[in-house]
Amino acid sequence: MTVESTAARTPRRSSTSGGKRASAKKAAPKKGTEPELVQLLTPEGKRVKNAQYDEYVAGITADDLRGLYRDMVLTRRFDAEATSLQRQGELGLWASLLGQEAAQIGSGRATRDDDYVFPTYREHGVAWCRGVDPTNLLGMFRGVNNGGWDPNTNNFHLYTIVIGSQTLHATGYAMGVAKDGADSAVIAYFGDGASSQGDVAEAFTFSAVYNAPVVFFCQNNQWAISEPTEKQTRVPLYQRAQGYGFPGVRVDGNDVLAVLAVTKWALERARTGEGPALIEAFTYRMGAHTTSDDPSKYRNDDERVAWEAKDPILRLKAYLESEGHADEGFFAELEAESEALGKRVREVVRAMPDPDLMAIFENAYADGHALVDEERAQFAAYQASFADEGGK
Amino acid sequence: MGVQKLPLAKAINESLRTALENDPKVLIMGEDVGKLGGVFRVTDGLQKDFGEERVIDTPLAESGIVGTAIGLALRGYRPVVEIQFDGFVFPAYDQIVTQLAKMHARALGKIKMPVVIRIPYGGGIGAVEHHSESPEALFAHVAGLKVVSPSNSSDAYWMMQQAIQSNDPVIFFEPKRRYWDKSEVDKDAIPGPLHKAQVVREGTDLTLAAYGPMVKVCLEAAAAAAEEGKSLEVVDLRSMSPIDFDTVQSSVEKTRRLVVVHEAPVFLGTGAEIAARITERCFYHLEAPVLRVGGYHAPYPPARLEEEYLPGLDRVLDTVDRSLAY
Ligand SMILES: Cc1ncc(C[n+]2csc(CCOP(=O)(O)OP(=O)(O)O)c2C)c(N)n1
Repeated sequence: MTVESTAARTPRRSSTSGGKRASAKKAAPKKGTEPELVQLLTPEGKRVKNAQYDEYVAGITADDLRGLYRDMVLTRRFDAEATSLQRQGELGLWASLLGQEAAQIGSGRATRDDDYVFPTYREHGVAWCRGVDPTNLLGMFRGVNNGGWDPNTNNFHLYTIVIGSQTLHATGYAMGVAKDGADSAVIAYFGDGASSQGDVAEAFTFSAVYNAPVVFFCQNNQWAISEPTEKQTRVPLYQRAQGYGFPGVRVDGNDVLAVLAVTKWALERARTGEGPALIEAFTYRMGAHTTSDDPSKYRNDDERVAWEAKDPILRLKAYLESEGHADEGFFAELEAESEALGKRVREVVRAMPDPDLMAIFENAYADGHALVDEERAQFAAYQASFADEGGK
Repeated sequence: MGVQKLPLAKAINESLRTALENDPKVLIMGEDVGKLGGVFRVTDGLQKDFGEERVIDTPLAESGIVGTAIGLALRGYRPVVEIQFDGFVFPAYDQIVTQLAKMHARALGKIKMPVVIRIPYGGGIGAVEHHSESPEALFAHVAGLKVVSPSNSSDAYWMMQQAIQSNDPVIFFEPKRRYWDKSEVDKDAIPGPLHKAQVVREGTDLTLAAYGPMVKVCLEAAAAAAEEGKSLEVVDLRSMSPIDFDTVQSSVEKTRRLVVVHEAPVFLGTGAEIAARITERCFYHLEAPVLRVGGYHAPYPPARLEEEYLPGLDRVLDTVDRSLAY
């Protein structure tokens, strides 16, 4: 008799609480049994060998490494600036990526220009790698638009707020890439919480069935607002892939080199017709979920302190220094560049105008719509009536 | 107990607490409803006091939340589920429309679906997209669902009790921008029926009908109009399915004019149904066509434009003037 059928015969509970049945909590995987991560740089900044993934970063130069460091530092600076702009009332909301720089820069730098990226709403570092001007990311958080950039300029799709939706868009796009016989790949970002959505499960199914060249990049930052990953899954997320028939890998999400290597591996597989892969970047959201969130309600500081020791930027810095790849001049120059970026972001945001009122009706349809035309005209006349009164 | 002044969100919180105390079959489910107490703190403290078996943090999956609530209801529970924001109900829309709404009828009335779906809705809080929508017409259109929205703390408290006691699925739209508004709650009162509209201000020249967040705007409009010597009656519909047309009809028979106000787009909205019914019922009483004030046939705009998009005092008064000019 199987375990399942034994469980089915246990006495039915009459009351709503208690009961003999083991609660789901007890079935959670024990600490210390976490599967190993792909890691190329230890938290102390020591390079460790990895037989499978070393080849993907074999040709990396000191210049490249400094580039990755620069990307992470500037992204963090941009993020900090946006957070403070929200505090000053210049932005309505901000979703910080603090702590997730390596996951984003490592994966973003693994993409090729002709690849296509489907982000969620926190991928500021990936946007940076794609060449999107960071100030473009701020419009929707300031409340002046609901997107703010042309996705086709940098093959970087709009941010998606409805959790998980974009994984299906990415899969469909990848199906199109395959139909076209192109050799580019697609990468879809989502969170550990998103992994619970039906859309994500359906994206896994479609991508596997159609062998779509898409890489699913899950940033497991341990939390979905107040809910820890255990409230979403009982198996490590990367293992989900197996059930759909494609590989899954867990990478140290705070190790930019490892993320770069693993993402390159997955993108190259996709390009050569080997189909989808799932990468789980194991990382940590150091800040609040968004500026509206209060993490003190649901998590304690010890956890954050433990993760601070794994900081992605400090780790690469230690490596650069120990290898003699960067001198004081480099760090000083970067500091100045970082200051300048902060200043530019502040200035651009403060100067960002409110949209024209008629923008409400813009682009509701591509081919026009009689009802919209009618309402637009009524709205314009109504606004003009105030102007006639000398501005009410 | 007696009379207390409470913010609307707190009134719902206390109502849920009372329901959990009174009936062991009542469950609260949703994303972040536990430790965090929900992103609006509507379920604050409930998990602490009733435990994780009663106040359940769910995976981030709306179809899952509603689908499992249906199963729990089949098993005799009375789930009250929270959808975090209006724009996130759509992953669950299939479960709500194709399953929840029709289960009772399909089972020849042999099973009941006492599921409450709480949805903070509407704009005016400066949020990013999908956080400010008013999709009530999409639910009111579906047979098998009941759709309500309180506008003040007392209704929030009592309507929630009644929704939970209802054996039909109730979509409970909470006007999120009124969450922090305080008003009186009498916990010893005997509340009127859940789906009955209420005249919340008497008047003789015109009827304003609204629900949820727009009731306050209409009351303010009526106060402003009074200074100009116009007497407006305000009807709080409270329920969008069913709609209490009798109360609206008697008001209109008295005032002879009707303006319906809601945040949702006017096109094919709740106001359209009211306009049609009242025209039919009160054709010989009406001095003017029923007019509507609401959202446009356009996506909800970015926050910096929402003040212009949402019906405010000016737009309501302007429409009142148009009606009175007939
Ligand atoms: C369909 C849907 N439901 C709920 C929400 C509200 N919400 C926004 S972010 C979030 C948590 C997301 O967690 P995760 O997927 O782990 O991503 P993270 O924000 O941690 O990067 C929730 C519940 C939403 N945006 N979309």
